[in-house]
Amino acid sequence: MIPLEFYLLLAAALFCIGIYGLVTSRNVIRVLMSIELLLNAVNINLMAFSNYLDPATATGQVFTVFVISIAAAEAAVGLAIVLAIYRNRDTVDMEAFNLLKW
Amino acid sequence: MTLAEGVQLVLFGLLAALVIGTALGVVLLSNIVYSAFLLGGVFLSISGLYVLLNAGFVAAAQVLIYVGAVNVLILFGIMLVNKNQPFTPVRRGWIRLIATGGVCFGLFTLLSTMILGTPWQISTDTPVGDGATVLIGLHFFSDFLLPFELASVLLLMALVGAIILARREFVPDEPTTDTIAEALKLPERPRELVPAGREGSESPEG
Repeated sequence: MIPLEFYLLLAAALFCIGIYGLVTSRNVIRVLMSIELLLNAVNINLMAFSNYLDPATATGQVFTVFVISIAAAEAAVGLAIVLAIYRNRDTVDMEAFNLLKW
Repeated sequence: MTLAEGVQLVLFGLLAALVIGTALGVVLLSNIVYSAFLLGGVFLSISGLYVLLNAGFVAAAQVLIYVGAVNVLILFGIMLVNKNQPFTPVRRGWIRLIATGGVCFGLFTLLSTMILGTPWQISTDTPVGDGATVLIGLHFFSDFLLPFELASVLLLMALVGAIILARREFVPDEPTTDTIAEALKLPERPRELVPAGREGSESPEG
């Protein structure tokens, strides 16, 4: 049986890659993709815990299904917001999106 | 999972390498269309990992929802927001890249020391395997009923909100008299169409 730590390390690496993309990318769509990477890293953790620590009840799989559905809603609303801002600002640069800057 | 130990390990190594490699491609490639397709690769590899974790239902849901819906939505977004613009360079932008890389590496080190230092209490029960589909349904309608209903309400709200946000602006002036013909048209501000293929719209930059 594969050790649990392998899955957790993989999820941690994926999470860090997602954080890096979230902070450094200038394109808005790439920021949304990085958020999807973060959610998938969390999902890997949930599934690994569900299989190794609590294999009989599959509660982690239920949480994963919730996370997947929330991620779908987030992608839809995020792309709608991106379209609305793009229509006003005519750019995809994150540096130009300072509408809520204080 | 009835596969042998070595086969499982090899499959895990292959899928982990695929996940890390395609995720790095998503973050680092300059062409955003390639990034979107590599994101599909990340999702497919993670679904393979779920199969390796005795969870066939969630693996199928991952393929259906992430690859079939979210990734296609992101591709639609890229095609709608496809603007070939050179980003104005930020002053001392390389400091940001290096600092973020350092922070991410430090976070990974922290997480890995925590992971390797914690004594996980591995359960010895047999995994439910394909019976997980029935179990998930039982969870949804007994002890997770409220989150399940809230998720459905939230999906409906997200759908309505996305439509309202992405629609063009409503123009209330110029009252129309021909109500029967106008009722079938969605009132929108007229926009001049952008001619296709202007100023090298191919090769979008990331």
